[in-house]
Amino acid sequence: MEQRIIYPYLILKTEKMKIILNNNPETIEGNSITINHLLQLKNFTFKMLIIKINGTLVQKGDYETTAIHDGDEVSVLHLISGG
Amino acid sequence: MTFEEIKNILQHKTVGIAGAGGLGSNCAVALARVGTGTLIIADFDVVSESNLNRQYFFYDQIGKPKADSLKANIQRINPAVTVIAHKICLTKENIPVLFRDCDIIVEAFDQADQKEMLIETVLTVFPEKPLIIGLGMAGWGKNDAIHCRKVDNMFICGDEVSEIAPDLPPIAPRVGMVANMQANIVLEILLK
Repeated sequence: MEQRIIYPYLILKTEKMKIILNNNPETIEGNSITINHLLQLKNFTFKMLIIKINGTLVQKGDYETTAIHDGDEVSVLHLISGG
Repeated sequence: MTFEEIKNILQHKTVGIAGAGGLGSNCAVALARVGTGTLIIADFDVVSESNLNRQYFFYDQIGKPKADSLKANIQRINPAVTVIAHKICLTKENIPVLFRDCDIIVEAFDQADQKEMLIETVLTVFPEKPLIIGLGMAGWGKNDAIHCRKVDNMFICGDEVSEIAPDLPPIAPRVGMVANMQANIVLEILLK
């Protein structure tokens, strides 16, 4: 297996971004993240979701391609049955 | 504002109600009692005995369409309300047509996938229209867990966690709380 050497200067250069997720500030590695990646990262495993970025709905088919950037406000609403 | 003033404002308003089950039937009745001018109600289902633990229907309406039965019940309460009742399954194709003239839309479905479909459709087609959704009201007790919060033009009413299950059924008190909370938000917006 290939050995991975991490140099200190690379750690220092690692970019971080700050987003607001469901009204809470979050710091995430990198300068962008797809919605699907964010859902994995936050362990959001629900099937029925409504996701908005900066107030705009993201269509379900676009979770793999839509990126979240520094400063974005993301809301993830988990839909449950009952009514 | 006096009740006369309230009625004078509300009589010119139209509210769409997607689903005539536990949330929709109780929310519609509350809005009818205060004199909302027009209610557009859509539901494909018929009344069953198991619905009577929370829905605004009567024993002698079992087997009848919910849309028609709710219209009949509302007209007995307040004949001044115009009820447009559609016995129809709402889809992303017909929602934009049926609810086009509504000032506000109330999401009152049972199943999560239906809720998702309606919310996606409304946020896509009518992003400016207030949308009031019911989310999490199964079981009993836990009054304090039920809340309302706003995400842009969408208002979420419920505890957001109590999903229906065989040992956690939706029953009258908590479903009624959320349905009336939805009606209360409708008034808050329309009377502003």
